[in-house]
Amino acid sequence: MATVDLKDVKKIYAGGVEAVKGVSIAIPDKALCVLVGPSGCGKSTLLRMIAGLESISAGTVSIDGKVVNAIGPTERDIAMVFQNYALYPHMKVYDNMAYGLRNRGTPKDEIDKRVRETAKTLELSALLDRRPRELSGGQRQRVAMGRAIVRNPKVFLFDEPLSNLDAKLRGQMRVEIKNLQRALGVTSVYVTHDQLEAMTLADQLVVMNAGLVEQIGDPLDIYEKPASTFVASFIGAPPMNLLALTRGGAGRMPAGSPEEMAAVGHGSAAGSTALASAAPMLTDGSVVPFAPQAAATLGFRPEDADVTHGAEAPGGALAIPAAVEAVEPVGAESFLYCAAAGTRIIVRVHGRATARPGDQLRVVVRAEKLHWFDQAGKRVG
Amino acid sequence: MTESYPLRTFIGHAVLILGILIVAFPIYYTFVASTHSLQTILRPPLPLLPGDRFVENYSEALFGGVGRIGGVSVGTLLFNTTVMALGIALGKICISILSAYAIVFFRFPLRMTFFWLIFITLMLPVEVRILPTYKVMVDFGLIDTYAGLIIPIIASATATLLFRQFFLTIPGELVEAARVDGAGPFRFFKDILLPLSKTNIAALFVILFIYGWTQYLWPLLVTNRNDMNTIVIALRKMISFADADTEWHLVMVTCMLAIVPPILVVVLMQRWFVRGLVDTEK
Repeated sequence: MATVDLKDVKKIYAGGVEAVKGVSIAIPDKALCVLVGPSGCGKSTLLRMIAGLESISAGTVSIDGKVVNAIGPTERDIAMVFQNYALYPHMKVYDNMAYGLRNRGTPKDEIDKRVRETAKTLELSALLDRRPRELSGGQRQRVAMGRAIVRNPKVFLFDEPLSNLDAKLRGQMRVEIKNLQRALGVTSVYVTHDQLEAMTLADQLVVMNAGLVEQIGDPLDIYEKPASTFVASFIGAPPMNLLALTRGGAGRMPAGSPEEMAAVGHGSAAGSTALASAAPMLTDGSVVPFAPQAAATLGFRPEDADVTHGAEAPGGALAIPAAVEAVEPVGAESFLYCAAAGTRIIVRVHGRATARPGDQLRVVVRAEKLHWFDQAGKRVG
Repeated sequence: MTESYPLRTFIGHAVLILGILIVAFPIYYTFVASTHSLQTILRPPLPLLPGDRFVENYSEALFGGVGRIGGVSVGTLLFNTTVMALGIALGKICISILSAYAIVFFRFPLRMTFFWLIFITLMLPVEVRILPTYKVMVDFGLIDTYAGLIIPIIASATATLLFRQFFLTIPGELVEAARVDGAGPFRFFKDILLPLSKTNIAALFVILFIYGWTQYLWPLLVTNRNDMNTIVIALRKMISFADADTEWHLVMVTCMLAIVPPILVVVLMQRWFVRGLVDTEK
């Protein structure tokens, strides 16, 4: 069992492309750390550097307190599960799992014992004599996992292992991987671009973008307090609604309730009186109360919003006039796609939606559910 | 086709049978000639049915020796040719699979230069470099040896390219999985690459064996002694300008025997050969 420490790790390719621009992550023992980000954010490169398949341009990678920059993948005592499984096509399942042990000179009876034990845990016992091409996608996935587990390494590395499975199987395997990892207690690094997978699996979630870490933390903390607009829009499905704020110029009707407006002191009064102030506004000109001084973007989760057909919004809430463009019923909930303030916002309502496409209504969000981001996209407050 | 169209079936078969007859008749005729005595062959017309001298002719050629090539038996010729064809086929496969392995899986200085050098040699036929090669062989004292027959044509740009193309289709993840599993370069080659290349190797072996078997110009130059000749060269030597000097019945026997090993190789390797051309086990 081991910790994995990345200190200011960089990857600069021969052509000068900087794929990873200085990443530091401390992964505690037995934790499942998920690296998530859009394609090209450097998460796979980072994983491959931990594996030793990619050289490290700067910084250090340590496994179990020992710097491993200079040693090869074999000596790092890691096991990796690849996206396309990378099973040896000409070997039987048994040999696929035994190969790594044989190369390490493990005694034959020991190999046999470990392969059969692992096969039992993964319900592969009946398939040991098959070849990979005779297996289904899910079974191949299991064999790939088995090949990693049987070696009993210090660290598991997963490179988008579920992306080739269908949705149902993916859900199943996700739970299985989580349980297995917890049962074995092996420190793991898991790369995915699927935020759902990331949220459900991670003990420690690392959101990456453009070669840099955007945020590290507990998945729910990240969900509740995204550090940047990028994290806010990447984590959560559907993503957080983000509305740009402008300042100066003539505002129109305040977007909040009248009392609130007065309390905050922005603008002068309720109604449609024109305002000329430094108050933050949405792009459609409606003034936003409660905004912190530095805020340049306002965000809220689809589930934190509600819709009302009434003209008055409840106190302590932001109300944005919106036009329903589409309604997506999913069963337990419905998503309303609305045009508001020059952008599209998504609202999640429970059960069946009463709104119809074309309806004019107001999207209401309670003040404490609002997120604020500054000009650079960083979280404010 | 599940429905039956008697006329179509008939025409189809007729065309195919006609084609086979056209191709097979000369071979049949050779076989017929190889079972008659020299006198019968020289006195036209040649019968269309096999004669009664099958055993005599074949055993004379195989074990007795043929006068026009210094009494060397066809058995010796077959042996020589087999050694050369096997040497060329196996040698070409070994060298080209190793060079393709180096070019595809290793990063070393001038890698692409070497690749292009190999590629360029594709454009040079053996005939172009035949004089310098001959000189080198003479200097090494390799005239009239198996090494002299085999070594100059043992490198193959074509086979290297074929293996390279095949290796390029092997997913990078497989290579990496092997590295994580602790397989060094040699283990990877032995445990992963060779088994995956089996069908390609078999297909290439068939092609290269026949290529080696039918070599003409190089064996003609590099062998002087009759007992080092290959069967193709010996056949040429057996034929004299004057019809009466040629032991035609033995020539025909030699022809028949010369066809047998390539046919055997194709038939025995057919399953592998077709698989190598059609699918790769991936």
